[in-house]
Amino acid sequence: MREVAVIGVGLTTFGEKWDTSFRQMCVEAGVKALEDSNVDGNQIDEMFVGNMSGGRFVLQEHISALIADAVGLASTRHIPSTRTEAACASGGLAFRQAYTSVASGMSDIVIAAGVEKMTDVDGGVTTDALAGAADREWEGIYGVTFPSLYAMIARDYMHRYGLTREQLAQVAVKNHYNGARNPIAQFRKEITIDTVLKSTLVADPIRLMDCSPVTDGAAAVILCPLERAKEFTDSPVQILASTQATDTIALHDRRDISTLDATVAAAERAFKMAKLERKDIDLVEVHDCFTIAELCAIEDLGFCEKGRAGIMTEEGETALGGRLPVNPSGGLKACGHPVGATGIKQVCEVVEQLRGEATGRQVDGAEIGMTHNVGGTGATVVTNILRRIN
Amino acid sequence: MSVPRFWRKQPQRYNLIGTKCETCGSHFYPPRTVCPQCRRDGKIVEHKFKGTGKVVTFSIIRTASEPYNYETPFPVAIIELDEGTRMTAPVVCDIEDMEIGMPVRATFRKIVADGDSGMIVYGTKFVPVK
Repeated sequence: MREVAVIGVGLTTFGEKWDTSFRQMCVEAGVKALEDSNVDGNQIDEMFVGNMSGGRFVLQEHISALIADAVGLASTRHIPSTRTEAACASGGLAFRQAYTSVASGMSDIVIAAGVEKMTDVDGGVTTDALAGAADREWEGIYGVTFPSLYAMIARDYMHRYGLTREQLAQVAVKNHYNGARNPIAQFRKEITIDTVLKSTLVADPIRLMDCSPVTDGAAAVILCPLERAKEFTDSPVQILASTQATDTIALHDRRDISTLDATVAAAERAFKMAKLERKDIDLVEVHDCFTIAELCAIEDLGFCEKGRAGIMTEEGETALGGRLPVNPSGGLKACGHPVGATGIKQVCEVVEQLRGEATGRQVDGAEIGMTHNVGGTGATVVTNILRRIN
Repeated sequence: MSVPRFWRKQPQRYNLIGTKCETCGSHFYPPRTVCPQCRRDGKIVEHKFKGTGKVVTFSIIRTASEPYNYETPFPVAIIELDEGTRMTAPVVCDIEDMEIGMPVRATFRKIVADGDSGMIVYGTKFVPVK
C-alpha cells in the first residue's frame, strides 16, 4: 500500500441552484479541484463519482460516463469512471475507492467527486427517493420517512440519556453560526434556540430546524501518491485512514437504536489505521443530517461517552474555539446536504481547515482532521483521518 | 409499491408469519432467509408470531409523501415482539397516548390506498393492549 495525499479541492456553492444543471455542477467542482491542484486533465488516470439517486432526482443513470464526458475525459482519454452509491454516504464511498485505487498502485492521479441535484423534482418525490435509503419493503411501506426514523432514534436517546430539547436545538444553533461564516453554505444565517423550538414539527420530536435541507451541489478532490504530491502543491494533505463499515439496512434490526455500530466500527478501524488517539483530532466534520445524528456521531466516534454529547454541545466544547470543533463548515444542517456530494464536501472542508484557508471559521492550528459520512440511518459509514504535511 | 412486489409477501404481511433459525433459536420478523449468526449452518423455518409486544420507540409523522400524506398525523413505532425480534409498524391510537414501553398487539388493517382506484395495501398495524 502506498501513502496517499489530497492535492486539490473544489466545491460549488450549495443551495437551490435553479440555474445550474446536474452536469454543470460537476464540471464546476471538478475544474476548481484541477485548478487548485495544478493538475492537467491529461494527467488524470481514473474517476469516481458519488451519487445517490440521479435516477429519481434527474431521471439520469449512467452518471459515471455522463460526468467523464462533460469534463472532457471520455471521448479524448477514455479514462475509467465509476459511480458509487450508498445513499447519503455515496460521496464517502467515492473518496475511499479513489484512495484504494491510488494506494494499491492501480492509478496515480484520481478524481473523487460527489454530486446531487435535488430540486428539479417536487418535495414529495424527494422525500420518497430519500426513503429508499431505508428498507423499502419493511420500513418504507408503512409511510416511514427519514425524519421519522431519526425521530425514533432521538426519542430513544432522550428517554435513555435525559437529553433535553434545548440541548438538541443547540446543535442546529452552533451549525448555523458556522454556516454563516462559510461562503458556500446554503444557509448563511445565525439562528437561536427559539428558532428551532418554534419551527414546525415534522416527525415528533424532530422539528423543521432539526433537519438538514434539500440541496443542489457538487464537490471534487484530487488524490495522488504522497511521494508525488509536492510536484503539484506546497500544501498537500495526507490521508492517514479511510475506512468503511456496514450495519443492518433497517433501523429496527440494530443492536441499539441510538448507537450507530457502523460508526463505532469504522472509527475503530480508522484510529488503528492512523495510529492515533481521539485526543489527536483537532476538528471533525460529522454527518448531522438531523441534530440527533451529530450527537450520536460524536459519541460513536469515541469523542465522549454515550449520553454526554448534548452536554458537550451545550457547554460549547464542539463550537469554533471549543475543545473539539464539530462541523466548522456548518455541517449538513447549515451548509446543506446534496446527498451524493456530502462525503466529498466534508473532505474539502477538512483540507481547507488543515491548510489554514477557512477564513472566518478557521480552527486555529488545525493539523489533523476527521470526516464521518453516513448512509441511511447508519447502514453505511465512511470515516477518514487527514493530516497536514508541513 | 407494485402489485407483485406486495403480493409475494402477502401471507407474511397479513398473518405476521416470519422465520426462525432452529440452530440458534433466533426469531425473525421481517422474515430472513439467512440467519446472521449461523449463516449456512442455520436451519430457517417459517414461524407464526403471537403478535404481542411493546413499543421500543416511536414518532408521530406530520409530513409524509404520497400516498401516505392524507392521514397525517399518524404514529409509527419500532415494536419488539414477545419472541424477541423487532419490526417497524404504524400504531392505531391517539397520538397523545403513545409512550415507550406501551404493550401492543397486532391487528389486520388497511395500510394505504394508491388513490381512489388503485391497489389497497393491507397488513399489520398495532393497537394498545388495555
